[in-house]
Amino acid sequence: MSPDTFHPEVLVIDDEVQIRRLLRVTLEGAGFRVRETDRGELGLAEAATKRPDAIILDLGLPDLPGIEVLKRLREWSRLPVLILSVRGQEADKIEALDAGADDYLSKPFGGGELLARLRAMLRRVQSPEEESSLRFGDVEIDFARRVVTKAGAVVKLTPKEYGLLRLLVLHRGRVITHRQILRELWGPKAEEQTQYLRVYMTHLRQKLENDPNQPRFFRTESGIGYRFNEE
Amino acid sequence: MPDRRPDPDALLASIHRSEAKQIRGKLKVFFGMAPGVGKTYAMLEAARKAHAEGMDMAVALVETHGREETQRLLDGLPVIPRTMIAYCGTQLGELDLEAVLARRPRLAVVDELAHTNVPGSRHVKRWQDVEELLAAGIDVFTTLNVQHLESRADTVRQITGVAVRETVPDSMIEAADEIQLVDLTPAQLRERLTEGKVYLGDRAAAAADNFFKESNLTALRELALRLTAERVDKQLREIREDRQISAIWRSGERLLVAVGASPFSTRLIRWTRRMAYALDAPWIAVNVETPAPRTPEERRLLDENLALARELNAEIVVVPDRDVAGTLVRVAQQHNVSQIVIGKSRGSPVLDFLRGGSLADRLIRRSGQIDVYVVPAEPRTGRSRWREWTASAASRPREYVTALLTVFGMTLVGLAIQELTGYTAISLFYLTAVVLLGLFVGQGPILLAATLSALAWNFLFIPPILTFRIDKFEDGLMFGIFFVIALVTGRLTGRLRAQERDQRQREQRATALYQLTRAIAAARSADEVLRNAAAQVQELFGARLAIFTLDPAQPGRLVLHPAATYVADEREQGVAAWTFRNHKAAGRFTDTLPAAEGFYLPLLAGENCLGVMGVRPPAEATLPINQRGLLESFATQIALALDRERLRATEEAARLSQESEKLHRTLLDGVSHELKTPLAVIASAAENLADGPLVAEIRTATQRLQRLVNNLLDMTRLESGSLRLRRDWCDPADLINAAREATADAWRGRDVRTELPAGLPLVRADAGLIQQALANLIHNACVHTPATAAITLAAGVDEPARQIWMAVADNGPGLRADQQDRLFDKFYRGDPGRTGGLGLGLSIARGFAEAHGGRVEARNQPGGGARFTIFLPLERPASVPPE
Repeated sequence: MSPDTFHPEVLVIDDEVQIRRLLRVTLEGAGFRVRETDRGELGLAEAATKRPDAIILDLGLPDLPGIEVLKRLREWSRLPVLILSVRGQEADKIEALDAGADDYLSKPFGGGELLARLRAMLRRVQSPEEESSLRFGDVEIDFARRVVTKAGAVVKLTPKEYGLLRLLVLHRGRVITHRQILRELWGPKAEEQTQYLRVYMTHLRQKLENDPNQPRFFRTESGIGYRFNEE
Repeated sequence: MPDRRPDPDALLASIHRSEAKQIRGKLKVFFGMAPGVGKTYAMLEAARKAHAEGMDMAVALVETHGREETQRLLDGLPVIPRTMIAYCGTQLGELDLEAVLARRPRLAVVDELAHTNVPGSRHVKRWQDVEELLAAGIDVFTTLNVQHLESRADTVRQITGVAVRETVPDSMIEAADEIQLVDLTPAQLRERLTEGKVYLGDRAAAAADNFFKESNLTALRELALRLTAERVDKQLREIREDRQISAIWRSGERLLVAVGASPFSTRLIRWTRRMAYALDAPWIAVNVETPAPRTPEERRLLDENLALARELNAEIVVVPDRDVAGTLVRVAQQHNVSQIVIGKSRGSPVLDFLRGGSLADRLIRRSGQIDVYVVPAEPRTGRSRWREWTASAASRPREYVTALLTVFGMTLVGLAIQELTGYTAISLFYLTAVVLLGLFVGQGPILLAATLSALAWNFLFIPPILTFRIDKFEDGLMFGIFFVIALVTGRLTGRLRAQERDQRQREQRATALYQLTRAIAAARSADEVLRNAAAQVQELFGARLAIFTLDPAQPGRLVLHPAATYVADEREQGVAAWTFRNHKAAGRFTDTLPAAEGFYLPLLAGENCLGVMGVRPPAEATLPINQRGLLESFATQIALALDRERLRATEEAARLSQESEKLHRTLLDGVSHELKTPLAVIASAAENLADGPLVAEIRTATQRLQRLVNNLLDMTRLESGSLRLRRDWCDPADLINAAREATADAWRGRDVRTELPAGLPLVRADAGLIQQALANLIHNACVHTPATAAITLAAGVDEPARQIWMAVADNGPGLRADQQDRLFDKFYRGDPGRTGGLGLGLSIARGFAEAHGGRVEARNQPGGGARFTIFLPLERPASVPPE
């Protein structure tokens, strides 16, 4: 699908007029259509009536906290949501991601980063069907046969390692929180046991990264979670 | 099994016991049946042993009584000299309490616990000195004979015929941590006596015939042995309670003793006390205050009895009522009493019959489930009601004069109106006068007036006049009836008045307490509480009040509150300070520093002493037990009010600080948002501009501004204490990589290496903060080294020190010696000539590391260049479950 024929509509909910203008310039320059509002309530109404393809939501809104907007939206919609926040709001970010936000972006942000996040989000919506295989670097994953090879050689992964790899790859380009991974792989009781994740992530990097100390694909989002990047 | 149930109160008591003992010094008593059994000798031997073992001990006071073997034991032991006090022309050596407290040995040796101090000493009794030493945390060795024990004094008097004046309260011995019985058979002791080892010279012979009779000694020895055995038994029980080997389901016994204004009551009190101790039960001393008037002698006796009971740890209850038996049963039921102890009645059989039986009979009829013990009295002392009458008569001469004058006046009136009314009516005038008199004077004067008027009527009015003869039968009858009516009405009105007076006094007490409570409740501040209290005390007791409160400037010191109505001099302040330290009443009317002018009560709120209340009554006043009780209630009320004020102030302070913190946070969030948003817009806009030389300048300037704003906000968060750590398990490699990427703009073009060993443990930290700290270190390295210098990022574990370290090293010029100490100071800039930067980065790095319980260090490397290291505590995460 080329950008010429598909122009996704993005709804921006932010009370700072300058940020909105900035987003409009960036997004329209990349071929998105932009709709904007400065209030949470209005944003929810717009999302319901205009059915945008994605939402960019600021966490600090004057009328309704961003997290509240997100929760109410998630009651009826799976629309992709990108959270905008400032540095030092890690707790709010995690809460929003756990409440169903698809990704986050910290202010100040670069245009390239913004567009990459948006596109990763939209890709999930556009191609929900699972691929049978994936290639990154010199690693290839065959989902059907559950086989992972690196530079042609089969890499032995434990079931949990494979589960972690698959989860990250499925959400590629997007952040996934510690809590989400732990719940998925170890069950709801292990949601606080971050150390499990650290250990398995180290194993995965050692097996699949060329330089495990400076990982290229399996990126750490400090204090929040992990992100798998193809490039 | 119900008998396995541990009593929570008993457990609590056991904990309190051990807690109180931890702070107090330990008391060891060398206990014997009589003088001369070798207590002092045994004590000194034990002291020598302690000294030889290197314990810091001192002999505070030992009486050798000229015995050589004892004197030899003293050789080589450190002795604190006695203080000499002048008394009746001679100098007497006493225990120098101040010197011992100042010297503070671990162990002090104090002989003869029962000794009475020379007037002018701080305490009346030596055991009080010892008590103070113990309270100060000093261990004490002391000696005691069984006859000096308060509860045994009576028994000893009965055995030996010698009254014991120097007594020690039983609580002292019960509180002793160890009792060592020094035992000798009576025969051995008598032998020692004849050898002159106990008393020297003639005294020995006299003693052998009196106190040291074999029969006496046997009885005393039994007493001492039994007491020790009881104690061992009790200790065993305590150990059982402590260990809960078999938690004894306590009997829940509680004793009540009826106390009256009788010398016999002391015996009853001691008897009950012994029984309570043996049963390990609490006990109450109850006085039923009947409306019958009391002589001053009786009042004194009652006060003494109640004071004794209080001393022996009884709870004191005073109830006004006419019905003694009923009241005792009622009080017993209210207090869950299981046994009532009363004395065998000394009343006349006739009176008992009229009342429906003796007190014991009536009590037993109504006591239901409660056991009643009737303890026999000693033979009657020969005192009779008559003595009381005379005692009361002697006290009020003015009332007798009033009575005389009234009768005289009435006689004059009678003589004047006799012609009009006839002589019979005169008797009615006399009667009226006697009844009216009853409203103003006591029973004695009434009796006198009744008798005199009867005689006067007879002599002056009944024919034949001017004789006491009565001729007519009806006149005789009239005279007789008049006499009886005058007597009875006189007594009745007198008694009514006495009741009324008592009632009034009681009401005054209740009102006083009520008024004080109300005045305190209405007070808006601690100052007002104290001012109101001072006014009340002045009004009710006619006494002056001084309140000492805690000095806010010097913790633990007292300061006289301005509400005081008398100025306490230095000596009085010393008494107040003693009261404050020991949480006990002192000064006048007490045994501690009784020479003081004022009576001092601690203001206790729970465990805390909030101050001292001093009361200075007029010089000649006494302090009856009910007044003392009222003062104690006052002190409690004042303490509670002060405590309430204190809590309110604390709460207020907490609320203020909370509010200011909230305000601070709101402000910080607001400023943070307002600074960051425009910066974010500029930065984001610049990112989206096409590259060009000017755009690069904008980006660099924006980054610098952002760094500055972030640093300032971080610093503010650190300094305001509003920093909240969100700790989680982090991979040190992740932290270093994140910091490296965040500072990419600063180090671009340099050689940046990471040296991360495999298998680094996780660290529990707030990822954002540690990352920022590392970023600040990297940025610092970039700014202070030439653009060509390489930077190395490393991490590692120091297992022995249980630390994880993360380092930023460079191969630049390194640190100057004068810099190292101040590097991490706020606003310190290593190179003042260089522009840019506020000098906050390193200070923030240190703040964040310290918030994690870690630290930062700056060193020059052996090979050149500086190395900044963050150390964080190493913790082990819960292990990862195997698959």
